[in-house]
Amino acid sequence: MRQWPLLICALIGVSGLSLLIGAASLSDGDGGWLLMVSRFPRTAAALLAGAGLALAGVVVQQVVQNRLVEPALTGTPEAAMLGLLAVTLIAPGMAIAGKMLVAAAAALAGMAGFIALAKRVPRSDPMLLPIVGLVYGGILGAIGIWAAWLTDLMQYLGTWQLGEFSGVMIGRYEWLWAVAGMAVLLYAVADRITILGLGEAQARSLGLNYKQTRALGLVIVSVLTALVMVTVGAFPFVGLVAPNLVSRWRGDNLRANLPLIALGGGVLVLAADVIGRVIRYPFEIPAATVFGVFGASVFLWLLHAAPRRAHG
Amino acid sequence: MIKVRGLGYGVGDTVILHDVNLTLAPGGITALIGPNGAGKSSLLHCMAGLTTPTQGRVEIDGLDPFTARDEARARAVALLQQTPVVVSRLQVRELVSFGRWPHHRGRPGPKDMEKVEEALEAFSLTDFAERPLETLSGGQRQRAFIAMTYAQDTSWMFLDEPLNALDPRHARDLMARLHGLSRGHDRSIVIVIHDINAAAGWADRIVAMKDGRIVAHDASAALLTPETLADVFDTPFEVLRHKDRPVVISR
Amino acid sequence: MVDRHVAWLALALVALSAGFLLWHLRAPYGFILELRGAKLAALICVGAATGAATILFQTVAMNRLLTPGIVGFDALFVLLQTLLVVTLGGVGAAQIPGALRFVIEAAVLMAAATALFGVLLRRDAGDVTRMILTGVILGVLLRGLASMVQRMMDPSEFAVVQQAMFASFGRVDLGQLIAAGLVLIAAFGAALRMAPALDVAGLGRGTARGLGLNHDRVVLMALMLVAAMISVSTALVGPITFLGLLAASLARHLTDTHRHIVLIPAAALIGALILVTGQFVFERLLGSQSALAVVVEFFGGLLFLWLVLRRRQL
Repeated sequence: MRQWPLLICALIGVSGLSLLIGAASLSDGDGGWLLMVSRFPRTAAALLAGAGLALAGVVVQQVVQNRLVEPALTGTPEAAMLGLLAVTLIAPGMAIAGKMLVAAAAALAGMAGFIALAKRVPRSDPMLLPIVGLVYGGILGAIGIWAAWLTDLMQYLGTWQLGEFSGVMIGRYEWLWAVAGMAVLLYAVADRITILGLGEAQARSLGLNYKQTRALGLVIVSVLTALVMVTVGAFPFVGLVAPNLVSRWRGDNLRANLPLIALGGGVLVLAADVIGRVIRYPFEIPAATVFGVFGASVFLWLLHAAPRRAHG
Repeated sequence: MIKVRGLGYGVGDTVILHDVNLTLAPGGITALIGPNGAGKSSLLHCMAGLTTPTQGRVEIDGLDPFTARDEARARAVALLQQTPVVVSRLQVRELVSFGRWPHHRGRPGPKDMEKVEEALEAFSLTDFAERPLETLSGGQRQRAFIAMTYAQDTSWMFLDEPLNALDPRHARDLMARLHGLSRGHDRSIVIVIHDINAAAGWADRIVAMKDGRIVAHDASAALLTPETLADVFDTPFEVLRHKDRPVVISR
Repeated sequence: MVDRHVAWLALALVALSAGFLLWHLRAPYGFILELRGAKLAALICVGAATGAATILFQTVAMNRLLTPGIVGFDALFVLLQTLLVVTLGGVGAAQIPGALRFVIEAAVLMAAATALFGVLLRRDAGDVTRMILTGVILGVLLRGLASMVQRMMDPSEFAVVQQAMFASFGRVDLGQLIAAGLVLIAAFGAALRMAPALDVAGLGRGTARGLGLNHDRVVLMALMLVAAMISVSTALVGPITFLGLLAASLARHLTDTHRHIVLIPAAALIGALILVTGQFVFERLLGSQSALAVVVEFFGGLLFLWLVLRRRQL
């Protein structure tokens, strides 16, 4: 259990930094007000978004039985983006709850498409699936860009494509607290999700309703992706990096790992945000850009380090 | 004449060849036998100048394959590696013509064409010459690759496990062709082989390897004794004689 | 002797180019022709460079799915451009004439790409999918690094880079176009000269070396040529990831040969044809400006998936 204290310390440290650092100084004027309206919401949003994406990553990995996959490698964010585009075009005045719902539904459809593709990809080679997912996402993305071109919505697209927290303030991020609710739900069904990872035949012989459980898992992933996408934008690699790092540390007990994975994802994303704030002070670099570089490096390392307990 | 002196090779800390000394007279078929990981393939690649050893020397008909120009080396010795993979769309004749590369470096002349046809003929591939490689059966494809090696027109031909994935009929057919080449065509053939009886039936000489060393080197009939085989493979064998040829039974 | 397919493709490109130049031509003729001519030249350069580079890269990578764009050659170019501006300062970089800057950037890319991708190809030679995935993620990483460095620059310097980097077909720097054209012609000539050696290299490292080919040198040279060609296309328009895949796959399918003396020109011509046709259709017929790259990405992506799922040879 060495990892818990370490992660808690990291959480406290990074959160502290996040609360203290920013373009406006806390010492002049109304520091407390700034803290409440901007810094605290921003810190919470980064932690929640990171946690949500990390959890979504675990579930996807269990469902497709492949460790090198995560929501961003399944076309889910792009599908959610298409949904958002559609809402913006058809019903621009829709309440945020409605937008969220449409985005989640679109994400679910995107995932379903990916699962259909995944069935046709040979299992023997775990590295093939992420490639397929990446290109699938690219195609959905191209459709999105095309539609946005035609309708002059490129600007919107930009805000969804690149996740960042500089616009987060009180009243604009609260939906992310739903991530906590999803986390509780996931914790309750963790064992079933683990069994999903054994594959359909094995899961069914253990008496699990495979299709139902898989559908539940996919709904959880879609909702998490949509929540993050609509409030702060897309963050590739979080769902890949956090679960893989945790399972390298601690092995594969999902229920025991879930809180760690969520915490790890949150801390990593918050750290990326803090780095983005200080590296070119007083300008900000989007957290997704910072995390993209880190995440891609970790991915390369995962690919070339010994494939410990990799799912086939 | 091939001379190998004090050859050593290793990857990282793993030593694959220990101080190998070997002299092969030209002519005939030499079979390299030994358990998996004995270093047969590595020895073959070192002798062909394709793997640089950590120590020792190799001389092929007076040529040092490590310092010679690439095409000079490839005109002295041809090596067919285990299960070569080709992704290009190739017809059989195109594949075989690659054997002429060390001779023409991209500008084939009439003599090269002639040699290609001769190689196709020698391996009964003339009828398949226009067929794409991927439409051939495993045995035919293997033959096409060996024909390419043959078209290289070297006095030494090295073949790394050419019988892999061949059924008994194709295996026999191939060994008979190689036997013919080693007799009438002035080719010296060295082959890595797992089927001891194929070695017994067709090879003139056998070199037995174990743990990166040569443990025996003799005429086939003299080398294939239960004692030597048990020593090489760590498993008991019985050796019978049938029409003056040794027949090996593992038991 | 020119291959039949190549001759037809060349003819088609000439006809299409004439159409591109002359369609609804209005006064002032000279000015419009000059504008269209520069654009046409840029399109042809980019398409040809991308197509030819992809064939070269696929041969040395022993893989029909990878393209220079997918593994991030272009991202490396953008990263190097950005670093150049960072080291020279925005003003310093702006003072170098476009043509000279392009030549410098191309040279740096040739060195960097040869080192990076040379290692990649050697390390992962045995494991094809791992190589693809590594290449893809490397591309993502390089793109991320480039955008990170860009954002770390002063906004004013960034404006300079953006001007230099995201040139579109709309406004082509004539000096840069000429420099790029010369580099492309030289690279193309070198590629055709080594075509027979590339045929042998396509047999794989082991077999090629057995035949007396200095495989490592051929790979190195091919990578340098790829880098030169990709500098041409990236400098002129910026990345189009899947264009190369489309051009190379179509060229292989159409000519049905392994001979690079045919494949390289065919892929180059097809690449140019795709871009010129696309631009013509979008600009003249649909009146839409910049969607071409997106449409190429869309169909290129579909082709990629189809190739993976069919998986005859990965």
